[in-house]
Amino acid sequence: MKSINEMKLEFASRSSNEGFARSSIAAFVSQLDPTISELADIKTAVSEAVTNCIVHGYSKTLGVISVTAQIFENRVIIRVRDRGCGIPNVDQAMEPLFTTGGEERSGLGFAVMQSFMDSVKVSSRPDKGTTVILEKNIIPRMSKVGCPS
Amino acid sequence: MGVKITQDGVECTALLEGDIDHHTAKLIREAIDDYITKKRPSTLYLDFGRVRFMDSSGIGLIMGRYKNIKLLGGELWVVGASDSTKRIIKLSGLGALGVMKEER
Ligand SMILES: Nc1ncnc2c1ncn2[C@@H]1O[C@H](COP(=O)(O)OP(=O)(O)OP(=O)(O)O)[C@@H](O)[C@H]1O
Ligand SMILES: [Mg+2]
Repeated sequence: MKSINEMKLEFASRSSNEGFARSSIAAFVSQLDPTISELADIKTAVSEAVTNCIVHGYSKTLGVISVTAQIFENRVIIRVRDRGCGIPNVDQAMEPLFTTGGEERSGLGFAVMQSFMDSVKVSSRPDKGTTVILEKNIIPRMSKVGCPS
Repeated sequence: MGVKITQDGVECTALLEGDIDHHTAKLIREAIDDYITKKRPSTLYLDFGRVRFMDSSGIGLIMGRYKNIKLLGGELWVVGASDSTKRIIKLSGLGALGVMKEER
């Protein structure tokens, strides 16, 4: 299916860009007229995925993170990609509370993405990098307020 | 974004403001840890009333401060959490620590 609109962002893996990334995606997705809570879900999921690139993917280096968003009639697909260290075992990484991040990390990033989005897919290769694909259905406003179509 | 810490007798309140993510959590964490190590309050309130956004970094922030204040013999309460903040706290199982309070 062809998207209605698309965008791509590339930025350095500095933690100060976490806010920039989630706000930019939220601004772009706003054209689908999502509810405040749908938008908050997307911002949180993007924040988790981007933070993972910075904290884990590029833990010892500075690299480039790319985020793309595609908008369909009632769906948004967001891809967050790094070319960092990769994940040796994706299934294990996605288990709630699993973390390699030490004291201040809780191992909940993937659990939050899964709970806030309709679909979360991860592909990763050691030393090549990681791509996280986040999808969410945005219910058209007309049916939200119950207008007859 | 940031944190304002105020003391009232043996109790102190850390008023968190703005967005809590991995970037801002670092500064907030350092400010609070500094404060509690010096002042040793018996009770630390983490006030989320002015937080507009929080991701899982907020859970690490709460967990870490909980451990630290316990080591100093104090207790921690989380107050003023919005519905979206509560959703993430619920997902984390932090509720089981019994630190959630509606108001202080
Ligand atoms: N982009 C990535 N590159 C390399 N490893 C990753 C990446 N994303 C996730 N991981 C691995 O998956 C684990 C789980 O990620 P998740 O986001 O669920 O938790 P966390 O980041 O450790 O903690 P939290 O997100 O709660 O702060 C990480 O600890 C890390 O080992
Ligand atoms: Mg994470």
